[in-house]
Amino acid sequence: MTERLLRIELPHHLRTLAQVGGEVRLAVEDPVTLTRVLDALEARYPVLRGAIRDHDTLKRRPFLRFFVCAEDWSHVSPETLLPEAIAEGREPLMIVGAIAGG
Amino acid sequence: MSKVRVLAGTRKGAFILTADGKRENWDVSGPFFAGWEVYHMKGSPVNPDRIYVSQTSGWFGQIVQRSDDGGKTWHAPGGGQQKSPQGWPMGESNRFVYDSVAAPLTTHQWYDGTQHPWEFKRVWHLEPSLTDADAVYAGVEDAAIFHSKDGAHSWQELPGLRGHGTGPNWQPGAGGMCLHTIVLDPDDPQRIYIAISAAGAFRSDDGGASWKPINKGLRSQFLPDQDAEVGHCVHHIAMSPRRPGVLFMQKHWDVMRSDDAGDNWREVSGNLPTDFGFAIDVHAHEPETIYVAPIKSDSEHYPLDGKLQVWRSRTGGNEWEAMTNGLPQENCYVNVLRDAMCVDQLDDCGIYFGTTGGQVYCSPDAGDTWKPIVRDLPAVLSVEVQTLP
Repeated sequence: MTERLLRIELPHHLRTLAQVGGEVRLAVEDPVTLTRVLDALEARYPVLRGAIRDHDTLKRRPFLRFFVCAEDWSHVSPETLLPEAIAEGREPLMIVGAIAGG
Repeated sequence: MSKVRVLAGTRKGAFILTADGKRENWDVSGPFFAGWEVYHMKGSPVNPDRIYVSQTSGWFGQIVQRSDDGGKTWHAPGGGQQKSPQGWPMGESNRFVYDSVAAPLTTHQWYDGTQHPWEFKRVWHLEPSLTDADAVYAGVEDAAIFHSKDGAHSWQELPGLRGHGTGPNWQPGAGGMCLHTIVLDPDDPQRIYIAISAAGAFRSDDGGASWKPINKGLRSQFLPDQDAEVGHCVHHIAMSPRRPGVLFMQKHWDVMRSDDAGDNWREVSGNLPTDFGFAIDVHAHEPETIYVAPIKSDSEHYPLDGKLQVWRSRTGGNEWEAMTNGLPQENCYVNVLRDAMCVDQLDDCGIYFGTTGGQVYCSPDAGDTWKPIVRDLPAVLSVEVQTLP
């Protein structure tokens, strides 16, 4: 299996929670899917478990969105292969908090 | 000289307010967990430097953090980059899973009267054990009680409460179906009281394994059956540790008292100008001296006539006096929420409360006079105080 080095952008509050300053760089083995990326992210930062997706159902939390190469992948199956630009780390996977509330 | 440490949870973070025993000059630190709703934070009576906090967010869900140095630093137990001896990520402090084996996840009543499945939303209240700094209870929405024995690394439901059998009749109050009050009996480690909006009060006499409703004597206009076993909107319960078994309750409407550990309640609203409210507490050294913050009504959550008043009874209820010295007596339209009043343990008992307008007030003389410690915090959700040597 090939290990790929990805870049992930987290919203401010999750960066604070995980105690990371900027982008997270994460090694993920092929095939690179959203599920595998989030699994690896949560394994490295267990405090993020439950903060991005439900602990048990693994469903995305309603006010979070996933952006992939400027496209909204929030409703794409998390088992779908991510584009090479993400898998090669040329583009970051963006996890974005919805603009809502005060 | 003794000092006090006030723990204020707000809509946008937590603040820690400290002063010496005079309670005149205050240091303010925070915001901690900036931008998160901090429903509650409370220190362990066994180790005051151990403080637990519930932070929650509509975006990111529930986090429980802990400090082991009196609030200087915080961490989510098991949430860092560490692994168990088996190589798996450590347990997470934010995982609250209802026990579907001992208490199958049935349904409770929804606002429209239909049945609705139980869904975890947030932790409203954290109650550290009186004897073990690593043990802590959590009251959550949708209503259930959880217990951690490992310093909030992991949580297990005490399923006997939700499995009690009346669950399908429980219904959410306006703020959700929350278990917001947990009271531990210092004389009997097996005895726990809890309260749920809007199910009522319950008591366990076996350490949380089984529960019984304790709502006899409560009257709620919105209930078709005035003697209903559950369904009452209890807002808060207070008990003096000096006299366990005597309970005071601020119900939706009515201030109530029980002298038999909740088996029977009687109204002690007496001459209060309005007996609607959320907060209630008992003087640290005088078990018949109690405090409430009357609110105009269930549809107007602010003080009567724009005058912020704490009312004190030195007779265990019925006879009340307004405590207004230092509190705004015009144009004040804030609320005092259920967990936002507390008392310290100093000889001159201090009373504290926070408002949805962002003020935290202190009375160092049992309610006679008041001063704001801070005026401009975000809306205050909870206030607890630790009395330190």
